[in-house]
Amino acid sequence: MLMVGLAALIWCGGWWLNARLANGPQAETRLVQLLVPVIFGVTLLLVWQFLVKGLQVPLVILPAPSDIAVAFAGNLSKLWEDFLQTFVKGAVSGYVIGCSAAFLMAIVMDRSDFLRRGLLPVGNFVAALPIVGTAPILVMWFGFDWHSKAAVVVVMVFFPVLVNTVAGLRETSAMQRDLMQTYAASYWQSFFKLRLPAALPFVFNGLKISTTLALVGAIVAEFFGSPTVGMGFRISTSVGKLSLDMVWAEIVVAALAGSMFYGSVAMVEKSLTFWHPSQRR
Amino acid sequence: MKTLVAVLTVLAVIIALWYAACLPMNIKGVLTEAERAGVTVVPAGAKERRDMGVIGLVLDNSFAIPATWAQKRPRLPAPHQVAVELWKTTGAMVLKGKTMSKRSLFFHGWVTLSATLLGFAIGTGLGILLAVGIVHSRVMDMSVMPWAIVSQTIPIIALAPMIIVVLYSIGVQGILPKAIISAYLSFFPVVVGMVKGLRSPDSMQLDLLRTYSANLNQGFWKLRLPASMPYLFTSLKIGIAASLVGAIVGELPTGAVAGLGARLLGGSYYGQTVQIWSALFAAAILAACLVALLGVIERVVLKRMGMGA
Repeated sequence: MLMVGLAALIWCGGWWLNARLANGPQAETRLVQLLVPVIFGVTLLLVWQFLVKGLQVPLVILPAPSDIAVAFAGNLSKLWEDFLQTFVKGAVSGYVIGCSAAFLMAIVMDRSDFLRRGLLPVGNFVAALPIVGTAPILVMWFGFDWHSKAAVVVVMVFFPVLVNTVAGLRETSAMQRDLMQTYAASYWQSFFKLRLPAALPFVFNGLKISTTLALVGAIVAEFFGSPTVGMGFRISTSVGKLSLDMVWAEIVVAALAGSMFYGSVAMVEKSLTFWHPSQRR
Repeated sequence: MKTLVAVLTVLAVIIALWYAACLPMNIKGVLTEAERAGVTVVPAGAKERRDMGVIGLVLDNSFAIPATWAQKRPRLPAPHQVAVELWKTTGAMVLKGKTMSKRSLFFHGWVTLSATLLGFAIGTGLGILLAVGIVHSRVMDMSVMPWAIVSQTIPIIALAPMIIVVLYSIGVQGILPKAIISAYLSFFPVVVGMVKGLRSPDSMQLDLLRTYSANLNQGFWKLRLPASMPYLFTSLKIGIAASLVGAIVGELPTGAVAGLGARLLGGSYYGQTVQIWSALFAAAILAACLVALLGVIERVVLKRMGMGA
């Protein structure tokens, strides 16, 4: 009971502190803007910890953050292997293949009006479909190892990148294209100097959406069959063994990998599209 | 018109490629079956054929080409096989009066759709509420919004098996666990889109309301909410597609009982490829219908509000 009371106290305390900071005079500084979400996160973790321990929630329902941290620290090598198998081999290789294929396809589509008219509605349609469903088929074709996971990722990331890139390549105005023409620029000159830079914000939008899709694809594909290593495999077998601390540790890995992946793509975007209004300060 | 011709051409090319792909994908299985039935095959023996190129095999055994489109358990079923299976499990069942039998895709589709819709309703409702809170409270905006954005980069679906098992162990079964996963997946797109939408009125419009001495409530109902509608519908379309994926993935760990996800898993257990493909197409048609329905609602609503194109 004491712990539950403590949890309530921490919740109110954290909220009060945040309210003070957010409505205070320093609210616009970078430090406070970083501090407030961190305080919120820490408060949430502490409340979770004390509630689970105080109410004695069994481990098979919800492990406390401390249990998850112990499981995380105790299985580092296992988690690292899973990370390599699912993220590096499955997700990243599929992501690279899928995104470059979509990019090349978008350039081809941009050159031919007929192809664009025909493929764009189809691409838009497919981008909204539950493509994860192809996982069992691709696992059957490419075997249980990471190749099939990469294949699922390729199919999943292809359409968002394609649709966004095609939209981006049409972003330039007639005035800008005419200017290139008065310079007697060839197709590729105007492509590299005008249309590609103008398309980059759109391309990166597709690339950023695809980072999450890539991880989802790689993990879900492992539910349909995998070697005895991998994040999806570990999650489904640990759930079967009711060792939920391990599941949560794996989810922490997935969360870290997902936000790192997204963050690194966003960083590349920032350095390449520094001129775009959304990146200016 | 020009677009229609182009789309149809592309679709025709895709189907033609699909039929062509059936040849190399299925030839080995067909030849093994043919050899067992006593037909002479070049080269004889499955072992000799194993390391051969599939294109060469097709050329050497051109008599087997029709059979690659009619196998019982092909590696890649031909389009007409999938279409026949789809008809057999939907239209034909209706004609026989067994619309809701266990083999009917209407039954499985309904199981998935009900979880999707329930989850979508929960997720959208909570998402809109949180967005309203974020727009009106500075504290919530600063503390919750960064986490809502970060959480979109996390493969939330990894939680699905655990949610199912945990809820099962505390006695919650049936539609609700799947709906929770669906709700979770549709929640964040709606929050992010709705916050953007509720903030879309510019300061000029907000100032105008202030000159009318409108209070917070009036400002919300008369300006912010109507202005957010286009954003809301965009995120609803993303949300419903995510909900469907959530419901399908939520059916996987429960061990293939009912639903489109169960059909996928069952098919992959027993090598019933035609069943997998037909379940996949059923899911695709369902997703397309849901998104199209939202698109129609969007058009009608925006038109009545005077924002329609």
